[in-house]
Amino acid sequence: MTAASTSVDLDRIRVSHATKHFTLRHTRAFKEIVIRTFQGRRRDLSERFVALDNITFSVAEGEAIALLGRNGSGKSTLLKLISGVMGADDGKIAIRGRVAGLIDVGAGMHLDLTGRENIFLNGAILGMSERQIKEQYDKIVAFSEIEEFMDTEVKFYSSGMFLRLAFSVAVHTDPDIFLVDEILAVGDEPFQKKCLARIQELRQEGKCLVIVSHDLDMVSQFTDRGIVLRKGQMMMDGPIDEAITLLRDLNTRGEESR
Amino acid sequence: MNDVTAFRTPGSSGGLLDVWRRRYLLRLLIHKELRQRYHGSVLGMGWSYMKPAVQFVVFYFVIGVFLKMNRNTENYGIYLFSGIVVMNFFSEAFSNATRSITDNHALVKKIYLPRELFPVASVIVSFVHFVPQLIVLLVGCFYSGWHPSLLQLLAGVAGFAVLATFALGLGLIFGALNVLYRDFENLVDLILVVATWASPVLYTWKLVTEAIGTGWLWSLYQLNPLTSVVEIFHWTFWFPTTNGSFATVPHLGMYAVLAAVVSLVILGLGQLTFRRLDGRFAQEL
Repeated sequence: MTAASTSVDLDRIRVSHATKHFTLRHTRAFKEIVIRTFQGRRRDLSERFVALDNITFSVAEGEAIALLGRNGSGKSTLLKLISGVMGADDGKIAIRGRVAGLIDVGAGMHLDLTGRENIFLNGAILGMSERQIKEQYDKIVAFSEIEEFMDTEVKFYSSGMFLRLAFSVAVHTDPDIFLVDEILAVGDEPFQKKCLARIQELRQEGKCLVIVSHDLDMVSQFTDRGIVLRKGQMMMDGPIDEAITLLRDLNTRGEESR
Repeated sequence: MNDVTAFRTPGSSGGLLDVWRRRYLLRLLIHKELRQRYHGSVLGMGWSYMKPAVQFVVFYFVIGVFLKMNRNTENYGIYLFSGIVVMNFFSEAFSNATRSITDNHALVKKIYLPRELFPVASVIVSFVHFVPQLIVLLVGCFYSGWHPSLLQLLAGVAGFAVLATFALGLGLIFGALNVLYRDFENLVDLILVVATWASPVLYTWKLVTEAIGTGWLWSLYQLNPLTSVVEIFHWTFWFPTTNGSFATVPHLGMYAVLAAVVSLVILGLGQLTFRRLDGRFAQEL
């Protein structure tokens, strides 16, 4: 089922030489800036660090890859570049088709709206048309298993119910490229299983999947290729088993050096 | 698979054109905004009548009665209110559009959307609040024997279009800058305080020319698109209720066209500034 060959025509995502810097400004206060300038310490005002350094890879249709690395290695930044939330400072990122993701699924929800209204709003935010949402509406509600609360304002939901609803919308958006950031934090175990099954299903439909997770068992089950990042550098791009081995190796070495 | 969609850079957008493409989402965002605004309030939309009504009463008594503007200006109430509705719309649209990106930081940071949606939604929400004020104004007009010509009505519509364009353009500029420095939302509040007094809302243009003459300062005063829009509204709503003895501001037509040009330039600049800074929104918020 997996299209292991990254034939040019089947590429969905192409990242070439992507670089991203962040500038951390310590202050924006005018007073501070004037004082530091007079003291000749203007540079102290901000700090630049490289979040991603010259990253190149591509992902084909029907392929599932994992971005691996420790906290702060640049995984989420890379996802943001692919989704378009941020732009790269250097290099080029190209995608083909529609992107959607399970990235902080609650972001598009509004507490004062009812469950039903939130399905429509969230669906539209994730790029669905009115018709698509209407077609999927019953499936979304059934998936969330909270039919009886659809006319209740979301602020009265428990946190679990809230995430269920957000997640249900996200997995029904039908994108070509599906980005997943830490999915297993959602709901109770049966619901988690259901979510994983749905992601498996998307994969079998030939969607392109990019997963960020620290759950290596889950990752090895869902993906066949892994990219390991360390402090913004790409350490390797290869079969998932090898990627996991490398990551575990890096992790233990990291602990020793502390 | 016969998928022939071409490669594109994620996050690249057609700016305001994309807002039109995502108009269903725009509609939902406006709905959400209105719901949030009046949530848990008894009067609800009634508040959008209350604020201008109170404002009107205060100004009418202080400026109309105490400062005796009533004596020199026929139907001063209509004169005053047709300017106030312009300023209310402008203030609300401009200041909410300026705050729209920072207020929606949760979305801006997580999911890619054409971010122009937020300022545009703010301007449309302000329009929703403008409608009841317009109705109040029209009731006052009819009560005072309003008989506008077709040209005057069209001018009113065109004037509003210029006003909305101007507010959106400024909202795009300041909304984008406000992401980098929150100082801009305070600056906008300051600009709005000045704006009400810098156009002939409470007084008539004759008082201005009496004070500063008709030289370059007067031209500068008239180049403000708000001044032209206020004068257009006077011509549409107030003038047809009077006996016509008060002369309309000279060269109104020319300055109306200039106002339209200035507004379009500001909208263009707004779109450019916004595009320029858009890529930095997610990391600066």
